[in-house]
Amino acid sequence: MERVTIDPITRLEGHGKIDIFLDKNGDVANSYFQIPELRGFERFCVGRPVEEMPLLTNRICGVCPEAHHMAGAKAADAVYHVDPPRTAKMLRELLYMAFYATDHTTHFYALAGPDFIVGPDAPVAERNILGVIHKVGLEIGGKVIQMRKYGHHVVEMIGGRKVHPATAIPGGVTKILSEDERKEIEQMGRWAIDFALFSLQAFNDIVLANKTYLDLILGDVYYHQTYYMGLVDANNKVNFYDGKVRVVDPEGKEFCKYEPTDYVKHIAERVEPWTYLKFPYLKNVGWKGFVDGKDSGVYVASPLSRLNASDGMATPLAQEQYEKMYATLGGKPVHHRLVTHWARLIELLYAAEHWVELATDPEITSPNVHKKPTEVPTEGVGIVEAPRGTLTHHYWTDERGLITKVNLIVGTTNNYAPIQMSTNKAARALIKGGKVNEGLLNMVEMGFRIYDPCFGCATHSLPGQMPLEVTLRTEDGEVIDVIKQFVG
Amino acid sequence: MSDKPKFAMYWAGSCGGCEIAVLNIGEKILDVDANFEVAFWPVAMDAKYKDVEAMEDGAILLTLWNGSIRNQENEHVAHLLRRKSKILVSFGSCATEGCIPGLANLVPMSEIFDTAYHTISTDNPNGIHPQPVTKVPEGEITIPVFNPVLKTLAQVVDVDYYMPGCPPESHQIAAVIDLVIQVLQGKAQLPPKGAVIGAGGSTVCEECPRKRNVKTIKAFHRIQEVAPLDPELCLLEQGIPCNGPATRSGCDSRCPRVGAQCIGCYGPAEGVIDYGARLVTAFASVIDATEPEEIERILDGIPDPTGQFYRFNLADSLFHAGAPSFGNGRK
Repeated sequence: MERVTIDPITRLEGHGKIDIFLDKNGDVANSYFQIPELRGFERFCVGRPVEEMPLLTNRICGVCPEAHHMAGAKAADAVYHVDPPRTAKMLRELLYMAFYATDHTTHFYALAGPDFIVGPDAPVAERNILGVIHKVGLEIGGKVIQMRKYGHHVVEMIGGRKVHPATAIPGGVTKILSEDERKEIEQMGRWAIDFALFSLQAFNDIVLANKTYLDLILGDVYYHQTYYMGLVDANNKVNFYDGKVRVVDPEGKEFCKYEPTDYVKHIAERVEPWTYLKFPYLKNVGWKGFVDGKDSGVYVASPLSRLNASDGMATPLAQEQYEKMYATLGGKPVHHRLVTHWARLIELLYAAEHWVELATDPEITSPNVHKKPTEVPTEGVGIVEAPRGTLTHHYWTDERGLITKVNLIVGTTNNYAPIQMSTNKAARALIKGGKVNEGLLNMVEMGFRIYDPCFGCATHSLPGQMPLEVTLRTEDGEVIDVIKQFVG
Repeated sequence: MSDKPKFAMYWAGSCGGCEIAVLNIGEKILDVDANFEVAFWPVAMDAKYKDVEAMEDGAILLTLWNGSIRNQENEHVAHLLRRKSKILVSFGSCATEGCIPGLANLVPMSEIFDTAYHTISTDNPNGIHPQPVTKVPEGEITIPVFNPVLKTLAQVVDVDYYMPGCPPESHQIAAVIDLVIQVLQGKAQLPPKGAVIGAGGSTVCEECPRKRNVKTIKAFHRIQEVAPLDPELCLLEQGIPCNGPATRSGCDSRCPRVGAQCIGCYGPAEGVIDYGARLVTAFASVIDATEPEEIERILDGIPDPTGQFYRFNLADSLFHAGAPSFGNGRK
């Protein structure tokens, strides 16, 4: 059987590879999206003090360490049965909103933006962040850089460092915010709201107003009917830091809503021998393979899934945009995966609005940022929404608070089955009769980018073309054709 | 083809934070672009292993390598880039001393797999573990072999310079890029081979604004037991096991500034051969006790000595088998 190998896919944390097998007619028989990396955090964190987990697990991902820092701190709170003071929770969440705004911005402009703003069929050399800047102007490029700087600045002010923050501990945080710092953070947040509104307008003008793009978004290549997951508050509004995990079925009906401590009743993970990463699925539906539908336990955890799984946004401007999106697309849930990029911008607006809400709360500068744990530590679960999906940390400790067991279900991991399905579907749509065209490369990339996989997040502010090379070869290794996609 | 000198950056077993730290230098990235031809940088542009293989040996002037040697693919590329690079920099904590993932060296490889693929949420009745080669109905597919021991870059190939930090702070990265550009312009000289670059020559304590009264302590405390801490007093003097005294300067003491202890991510201070040994000495010097039982009681306040003393540098420590490579030939 002939095979097309995409190796290496760059912009991954580590490396990735897709093997696409062709049948005798040259159509796609099957494909395998492989993750070749394992580091073993669940084992080597055993024996460490639980208060170090928010610091150690940062190092799982240097792109979204803030998510691990927060999930780790919440799990450690739970281990000690301690509820941090309101100000401590707000400071954690404020840091987290600034991070979210930055992270979503860089994904939209540097990774996803080129496909829409410059165009999926634009010359390869222009289909990157520089092309985006050429198209929208230097002034806007400057805004994108400013947004990243502001976000990282807030993370550093509260967390100590731009990458791998250090402030969250069991029972609260170590940092007390001064009034001068608060003012600066508020100003930056107000700027971020304007930036988010501007970005949504740009999406409207450049993407939605263009019939070609709209057809692409509403077409079949990136369409999957699956379950959707997201963290919601008491009113079923999207929340990144706290709440219950809600899952809706492919018809949009609530399938389950669970407390973090109950995750193991709802989620199971499948092991395949051909990849180091596991495939989570809904335990109460079951694993039926890489297939769509209500009978398949495959679920998605992404910006679109969070909107699908919620009843709205908790801030007014984001709520308006949420309503507009679903009105435009004919109701909930939306299964067209490219709409994830729109949902991401609505989340950016929510993050910016909530950033200002937190920064203007009278208690944000209170020195009451920590509650001393007094109970014997045992076991705890912490869940937050990472930008790339629901993030679960589960720790068990001995009576001294030393880790005895760890379980982690990490953001992008949730989407491993959907990523496999999306790339497979894109390959099937494009490879027919043994012919591979250059457009395949970008179409496969777009299949990844929907999910903003953490493999790619390190690329956020550099030329945004995922470099790929496709080698078409016979089973005995003879090269038939090599197609390359270069970055300009 | 450009006649500018070639630049490469590569990540191996790492978290991506080093790449983010490089991106956070902002407009300095444009200086890299103006002065170098970016020949290989998977995160940013499209060049493949075979493009590197096709280069003449020594064709790349400067390679920044981040990440540990966790699997055989990392090891293969380390040898390849060593051959092709005139200057190879061990960039960041993973490459230089193994970092947090180096703690995996405390346990046998089999336990890492037995844990990861048999957690409470994993449904794996047949005990499947990932395999280097898998037969699927359509053919064979492969993934890299996981090495039993995590190694630093210098344990695998010869390294020219070391740049510590998890990740290196962006202002330090910018300063190193400035220096290299000045060297290219004939305005500066490269430091001697084996030097630590992008960091200070002292300890985190020397950069820390907190007051030190050279007091001694009767007990170590875990941070959640005593917070809130005095915002101006040395954390170690408040009984928090802060790694500042053994850790190299260069980060501007970022964590102690927000009330969190230094955890040692910049690695051993200048002249220190074994980080843990130095930190033990530093802690011993503040303990206010002479009776062995009392000393033991105070040291029991450090619940995880291995993690405390070798959190970032286990893979490169004396504790780990073999001689430390970090700083081989360091002046």
